[in-house]
Amino acid sequence: MNYPLTYQQFVDHFKRGKLLGLKCNSCQAITTPPRISCGQCGSSTLDLMELCGKGQIESYTVIRAAPEPFHPPYIVCIAKLLEGPRLMGNLIKVSPEEIDLNFITRNVRVGYKVSPGDNLSGGERFSITFELC
Amino acid sequence: MAQNCQGGLVMREVAIVGVGMTRFGRLEMTNVEMFSVAGKEALLDAGLAPRDIQALFVGNVFATFEEGQSNLAPFLASDLGMKHIPAIRIEGACASASLALREAFIWVASGAYDLVMAGGTERALAMETPLATRTFAMGSDSRYEASTGITFPGVFAMMAHRYAYKYGLPLKTLKEHMASVAVQNHLHALDNPKAQFHRAITTEDVLTSPMIADPLQLYDCCPFSDGAAAVILAPFDQARHLVKKPVRITGVGQASAGPLYTHPDITRVLARERSAYQAYHQAGRTPKDIDICELHDCFTIAQIVATEGLGFFDFGKGSQAAADGESGRKGTIPINPSGGLKAKGHPIGATGAAQVYEITQQLREEAGSRQIPGAKIGMTDTLGGDLMICCNLILEV
Repeated sequence: MNYPLTYQQFVDHFKRGKLLGLKCNSCQAITTPPRISCGQCGSSTLDLMELCGKGQIESYTVIRAAPEPFHPPYIVCIAKLLEGPRLMGNLIKVSPEEIDLNFITRNVRVGYKVSPGDNLSGGERFSITFELC
Repeated sequence: MAQNCQGGLVMREVAIVGVGMTRFGRLEMTNVEMFSVAGKEALLDAGLAPRDIQALFVGNVFATFEEGQSNLAPFLASDLGMKHIPAIRIEGACASASLALREAFIWVASGAYDLVMAGGTERALAMETPLATRTFAMGSDSRYEASTGITFPGVFAMMAHRYAYKYGLPLKTLKEHMASVAVQNHLHALDNPKAQFHRAITTEDVLTSPMIADPLQLYDCCPFSDGAAAVILAPFDQARHLVKKPVRITGVGQASAGPLYTHPDITRVLARERSAYQAYHQAGRTPKDIDICELHDCFTIAQIVATEGLGFFDFGKGSQAAADGESGRKGTIPINPSGGLKAKGHPIGATGAAQVYEITQQLREEAGSRQIPGAKIGMTDTLGGDLMICCNLILEV
């Protein structure tokens, strides 16, 4: 059996403009980031689908003490996509001093960022970003 | 209750016959040295010799980064003189030592071994803060989360913001409630000679400390720590002849969950709710039966959420309960009389065993000036990673 959508395939598709997810044939739930089993019911009968790339902020923080090699301050959010699954990413084009609880439920569009990797990152760093929309 | 049942198997009753623990803080000792000190203390406490121990399960997360040391467990067994026994390192982030204890419990309960040592060791202060922050963030999904620069405090910071949003609590109020957790745990640690901090702090100290990950400030966070703790388990029938006051392990639970982005509500730790249910069910106890609890206060919000997940307070009520002192020494459920991870310290590979060390001392009425009078039933709660792994034990005398 093949892995339905590997990390590398997910990243490569996103770099070409397509945010992919997996739709479950059994329960219709949509899963992303990809895994071998449906996030809801565990079935492995999954079909690739393209997601609209829009969602809503569920929570956030401003990182002010960062791990190497990151440079604080920056915002990390969890957003719930319109299709159901959630992603963690950096909210960009918003000042860390500007964000507050009112940003929870704000609409965002999903993007990505690539930065160089190091000895402990298993290759280049691909990360999700969010922009208000 | 003569026998426990788990997974349909008839199991033997298991008891703690010895505990040992180093001081927590900056120790200037290696992982091997720290664990050996804790292990020797546990052997002495049990009146046992190294050759009596049949297996070792030890929690450790970062020895590879701290000291460039892998395959740690045989080094520990060898240093202690427990020659040629099976020695196994267990890694489950901050819950590692509790996982080690649960493994030891199962092996003794099953009848495969009689006398087993379990515990953990961690030397986090051997790493500089930026590397330590990075290694701790390795508990997040390396593919889809860590690349955002999320940190361990950052995860609980998002929990705090969601908690305020979900329950309609002004952030200022929640932060004051959270600060009361730090103040209380520092107060408790004053009476713990092995704690990392012996300094009372005020709400103002917490609220004026540097911001780490909004809304968590420095004093909302546990410290990086060095330290080790060890526990020796035996079948209860044997334990009665070994020591005056064996402490029975009447319930164990462990559960897991997916990466943080799969959690439907980050104010609820589903792995904890499942794990705690297993432990309560096995012990035949409910939250109301628990006299004392050492729980996973890696951050102040984490303690509030844990008191809810373990069933001590209703969901959404833990914050006010903390502010009202209900988890203080004289409260309805005394929480973290040791000072907790916040003030006792949090050498992550050792924490679960240190929690058991404290509960054992309390149940034996050997906790000195921090003794909770009349404590007969205690519970531990250890959380690992981004709400991904949890282990609970119920202990009784």
